[in-house]
Amino acid sequence: MAHPAIFSRPTLWQRLRPFVFAFDGPLMLATLLLAAIGLTAMYSAGFDHGTRFVDHGRNMLIALVVMFAAAQVNPQQLQRLAVPLYVVGVVLLIVTALPGVGITKKGATRWLNVGVVIQPSEILKIAMPLMLAWWFQKREGLLRRSDFLVAGALLAVPVALVAKQPDLGTALLILFGGLYVIFFAGLSWRLVLPLLLVGAVAIAALVLAGDQICQPGVKWPVLRDYQQHRVCTLLDPSKDPLGKGFHIIQGMIAIGSGGLSGKGFMQGSQTHLEFIPERTTDFIFAAFSEEFGFFGVLLLLAGFTFLLLRGLMIAGEAPSVFTRLLAASVTLSLFTYAFVNMGMVSGILPVVGVPLPFISYGGTAMVSLGLALGILMSVARHRRLMQT
Amino acid sequence: MTELRDIDRELGAFRLRLLAAVAFIVLGFGLLAARLVVLQVVRHDDLALQAEANRIAIVPIVPNRGLIVDRNGVVLASNYSAYTLEITPSRIHGGSAALEPLIDELSQVLEIAPRDRRRFRRLLDESKSFESLPIRTKLTDEEVARFMAQRFRFAGVDVKARLFRHYPMGEVGSHLLGYIGRINQAEKKAIEDWDDERQGNYKGTEYIGKLGLEQAYEQELHGTAGYEEVETSAGGRAVRRLSSQPATPGNTLMLSIDIRLQALVEAMFGDRRGALVAIDPRNGEVLAFVSKPTFDPNLFVDGIDSDSWRELNESIDKPLLNRALRGTYPPGSTFKPFMAMAALQSGKRTPSTVIHDGGTFQFGGHTFRSHGDGGLGAVDMYRSIVKSSNVYYYSLANEMGVDLMHQTLSPFAFGQKTGIDLEGELTGVLPSTAWKKRVYRKPEQQRWYAGETISLGIGQGYNHFTMLQLASATSTLVSGGQRFKPRLVREVVDVVSNQRRRVASDALEPLPLKAEHVELIKRALHGVTQEGTSTRVFLGAPYASGGKTGTAQAVGIRQNEKYNASKLEEHQRDHSLYTAMAPVESPTIALAVVVENAGFGSEAAAPIARRVFDYVLLGQYPSEEDLAATRIGRSSAPIGRPRRADEVPLPGQPAALVLAPTPAPAAQLAAR
Repeated sequence: MAHPAIFSRPTLWQRLRPFVFAFDGPLMLATLLLAAIGLTAMYSAGFDHGTRFVDHGRNMLIALVVMFAAAQVNPQQLQRLAVPLYVVGVVLLIVTALPGVGITKKGATRWLNVGVVIQPSEILKIAMPLMLAWWFQKREGLLRRSDFLVAGALLAVPVALVAKQPDLGTALLILFGGLYVIFFAGLSWRLVLPLLLVGAVAIAALVLAGDQICQPGVKWPVLRDYQQHRVCTLLDPSKDPLGKGFHIIQGMIAIGSGGLSGKGFMQGSQTHLEFIPERTTDFIFAAFSEEFGFFGVLLLLAGFTFLLLRGLMIAGEAPSVFTRLLAASVTLSLFTYAFVNMGMVSGILPVVGVPLPFISYGGTAMVSLGLALGILMSVARHRRLMQT
Repeated sequence: MTELRDIDRELGAFRLRLLAAVAFIVLGFGLLAARLVVLQVVRHDDLALQAEANRIAIVPIVPNRGLIVDRNGVVLASNYSAYTLEITPSRIHGGSAALEPLIDELSQVLEIAPRDRRRFRRLLDESKSFESLPIRTKLTDEEVARFMAQRFRFAGVDVKARLFRHYPMGEVGSHLLGYIGRINQAEKKAIEDWDDERQGNYKGTEYIGKLGLEQAYEQELHGTAGYEEVETSAGGRAVRRLSSQPATPGNTLMLSIDIRLQALVEAMFGDRRGALVAIDPRNGEVLAFVSKPTFDPNLFVDGIDSDSWRELNESIDKPLLNRALRGTYPPGSTFKPFMAMAALQSGKRTPSTVIHDGGTFQFGGHTFRSHGDGGLGAVDMYRSIVKSSNVYYYSLANEMGVDLMHQTLSPFAFGQKTGIDLEGELTGVLPSTAWKKRVYRKPEQQRWYAGETISLGIGQGYNHFTMLQLASATSTLVSGGQRFKPRLVREVVDVVSNQRRRVASDALEPLPLKAEHVELIKRALHGVTQEGTSTRVFLGAPYASGGKTGTAQAVGIRQNEKYNASKLEEHQRDHSLYTAMAPVESPTIALAVVVENAGFGSEAAAPIARRVFDYVLLGQYPSEEDLAATRIGRSSAPIGRPRRADEVPLPGQPAALVLAPTPAPAAQLAAR
């Protein structure tokens, strides 16, 4: 008699609740912090690019919508998408590689015109972890060594196709996305540790022997001329003052001149006098470090660390093999992007075109980021639903 | 139970790996943080010093653009250096709001015309604010001195020495030379897609070829950029040069064009519109490439102002249209020799087949008209060309049918691109049933009607070709089937090594024309000048030439356009055409010329061809009175005493300046 309506009709809050809970609280917090840093950095770096700041904000809103939508999707539905998405991606890569079909710019055949111009390798960045996670889910409980070989083959095909375009940067990112899944699926430590060791030794050797192998006339196996050039430029930036070396030198000057506390918002001379190349996209970290200094960078790193730890926690509590592997791999991929970008700008990695998540300008990258976060949130949410 | 334990164990192993991942992340970010400590703490003082005091800027040095010279070395496009006053909007104090007051203040020091302001504003709209934009060009030394004394007052404003493009011939050959202009946003976008090396080469470049040879040979003309490492002050001004690598100038283009001939032809057109293309049939070199009216390319170099642009763009005479390359005309009777060759090739007629020309041709209830009332009577192939019989070719077209005509005439480059070294060539139309199906939408329009074939025979109907195609086809016909991609550039000269690279006169596969057929057509073309429609014009010529007159119905301007009646009426008159070659035995020049709305081919077009031949073969230049008569279409054979070609000054040059007379063109042609 008292208030029957309460029981028969859910309140607005009750109806909205499930959607709001789509957002994982801590993950959302980290996201908002990084987005705020991204907007601040873009306002200063994009002072001269017309509507760039506004566009960056718009991209973030679009990514937010994508994230929200992805968070609504049940992981089981994602699992069903894995194989078709992977197949479509690989087929598009093969079509792109057919002579005369793909679009070639600057000597690389990476694009395909299907009404609009698309870059099929972008699809693989998401499809690859999905596919491998699906595969290990399928083999759950029956896992044998040969299953890892199959996973390796599934990974090798698109990586080889992308590397052949040539687009070594993207190929490596896809490779890492896949390797993370394989690692988390339980690849024997006896294989993982030697691999890490070989990598470390190779890098050390490269740094030590840089002077000899970068002599003119020395030709490296596998890598193309421009890739060899980039590595050598990293080892000694002063050799190429007009090209990439100039980028590295000016980026390092910007970062270093920022000091501990930075030059202040909108006060970066390197940024504002056009010394930093690509300062709203790949090199925006340099602009940020110049204006906000070491403390600002620590805040940024803290934000990323918080985000990544939360991602790994979600993976740790995920309900199935598929969601576990997917969440862990997506999280580590985000780390890879952030690390590779900041490493390249501060001069410890070669210059490859990898954007800094949240901060760099770019619609496609921002939407992919929204998708990745959405997947994490979906995993987080369904873990909770299953537990209760 | 075991299964559960398995899952637990698996999950434990997974979480262990997650911990490893955490370690990986911490290691990675730790490495980054360490690197940042090195940069921002340890090396801070050093790097801050570099950022503050010691700004090293890499300034690209723009290479000098290559010259363009004609076949005798006469300079057609060159560079001169001049001072410009430039503003970098992002460097001025007070942002964009301060721009107008700044210009006002500048105008107290230097004269800044409204036109300069308009042009600057347009540049501002299409550029980024850190680009240096000219507000005044061509400063005098005195103006430079005046500004330099006041420079401290104007942050972001500087005097720069720049190279400007100059076309000393003015309007002569403007369509073929084209012009350069500031790189616009669309071109900037295109440049972003170039490979890194080529893009780097354009870092300091502000001008790019927009039209004509300047556009087609941009890569040759541009050169290789150098760079200069300079130390700049905090305001961005260069203080000291540290090192430099000089630029390599662009290559010189040596054209096959004889600019004196080009100027002569343009003078003979006078105020009339039209086009002429003259080709050497032995190698495809283009000797003259005329489109009238012309424009002054110098207007475009530092940005044309909107008034001049509107005038050029909206004129009924369309001076910006390159008629030789992009103007398509019905060939009229000049098409008949090609029809005759097609008939011989396909075996539809023999030279001796006689057709009765009764003045009209009946087909499908329609009467197609020919000469006068009585017609020409019995006509064989020779007479059909010499007397220009319409009935002969109406019936031939009917017998051949549109598709056989298309098939035999396509190889002459009718309806095809000739492949000349300019961009934007039009293909024209050589119709076929497939063509009509492709072009039209509605089914009833897609059908080919047999009646449409008839007028094709006399070069009317859907037939539309450029003078370039007509000249190239004539050249192919009279050389017995030799085909070339026409070339305006003969050689590219590397100014550093002095190496000359011949721009191949790309010989295409020759057409299998029978020698006796070619001889017959050439004899008939010669007959036109002896006992045919252009006899009067070629009276007294000491060489044997051949030709064919044509008169073509003008189609084009519609009633509703905004031009006045008398202009409109003029634009609806017939076009006057002439195709020709000389000497008949072994032709060294083949040409096609159209004078728009000038009536009969023998009246306006043929006299121009006669004087071109006199120039090329005899080294003669028409007298002033003859030029005046030709200009208004009132001449036939030359009048007055012709001048020697090398005594006539080039446009833009006083007679006294011609120090070294160039060898007579005829002699030069023979020498090769």
